Amino acid sequence: MISRVAKGGVTLAVIAAICTTLVAATYRLTTERIAANERAWLEESLTPALGDIDYEGSISESRLVLEPPHELPGDDAAIIYRAYSGGAPVAALFAVTARGGYTGPIRILVGVDMARTVTGVRILEHRETPGLGDGIEPSRSDWVHQFDGRSLGDPPAAAWQLRVDGGQFDQLTGASVTPRAVVKAIRETLLYFDAHQAEIFDMPATAEPQ
Amino acid sequence: MTSGQFVERMQTGLWRENPGLVQLLGLCPLLAVTSTFVNGLGLGIATLVVLTCSNVLVSATRRWILAEIRVPIYVLIIASLVTCTELIFKAWFPALDRSLGIFIPLIVTNCAIVARAEVFASRNDVVSSLFDGLGMGAGFALLLMVIGFFRELVGRGSIFSEFDKLFGGDPLAGLVLVDGGWLLAVLPPGAFFSLALAVALKNYFDNRREAAHKT
Repeated sequence: MISRVAKGGVTLAVIAAICTTLVAATYRLTTERIAANERAWLEESLTPALGDIDYEGSISESRLVLEPPHELPGDDAAIIYRAYSGGAPVAALFAVTARGGYTGPIRILVGVDMARTVTGVRILEHRETPGLGDGIEPSRSDWVHQFDGRSLGDPPAAAWQLRVDGGQFDQLTGASVTPRAVVKAIRETLLYFDAHQAEIFDMPATAEPQ
Repeated sequence: MTSGQFVERMQTGLWRENPGLVQLLGLCPLLAVTSTFVNGLGLGIATLVVLTCSNVLVSATRRWILAEIRVPIYVLIIASLVTCTELIFKAWFPALDRSLGIFIPLIVTNCAIVARAEVFASRNDVVSSLFDGLGMGAGFALLLMVIGFFRELVGRGSIFSEFDKLFGGDPLAGLVLVDGGWLLAVLPPGAFFSLALAVALKNYFDNRREAAHKT
């Protein structure tokens, strides 16, 4: 009786050891590639929001993490990436969370140049309804491109809203909740940049978590 | 002998006891990821690989495994295989990994896999378990691809879009037949309708063949 229990225990232990070795070996083989993929993906997903701004080096290395509470939209950490050319700042990218989406938070990326003009907006993460709210994705519609080249004077801050709300930006066919959340987050980001432009570029980069 | 056995296991997996169509197993990933053909193909291949490896391992170790601890051992084996698969996807098919998201780690909960371990691999030799894994995996993958193909065609009006997720390179729009489509097909209800149609079609063919045999 006891020997049967012992035999079961030993079998389990041996198989657990074999399985762990298998996973550990795969991890060692893939970990470098995965890290490289993630870096490349980050850089690749950041650059479109910079429009045709020229910059030097890697933007992902200039990462500045603002833990909440901060004045940017969203109540989770906001990330600011800074782009430089010849040592001088040329633009900033804000990864912030838009609240008030139809199905949860929407993570967006807003690029702003030194003249406080939007260089581009991209959607990093969302769970909006396919075919309706997901029109905010540039692969689904041109909706996000209407912000390119606009700034807080064009239109004035009060008109940074959807047309249905008396503003100057288009909503999506069949969806206004999702675009409203995004427009609001962009407006708040621009207001933040207006107030803190100089200090953003003075702060040292946040160290990578270990 | 083995080639006859191979054909027999493939027929069983692909048609007679298709895990999705007949056993109705693994429906959660089946319904969730099949909004495009490429997603179906990706998850289908991942499931096929995990199922085949787990069948082989379970069958190879069946002599030493006591009945009381077989379930924790299946869980260990399947979970390790799925973790390895996930790491491999992240390393070599990052775009597809992002698109399938949580459904790669969730292969571990696909009851089709533990069902084959329990029903087949723990009672048969390694070679037939290998064939069974290939057959069942192929049956599941094929169903994912067929449903993905038609949902994408009806819901988006395109064929084979986003193939770059699997093979890299520039984003591909696939063959766009019409701009936009019948939205319902890519939403969750479309998944249920498609599966129901697929099951109904299979039963229709089976009944017809049975009727033909009688006369």
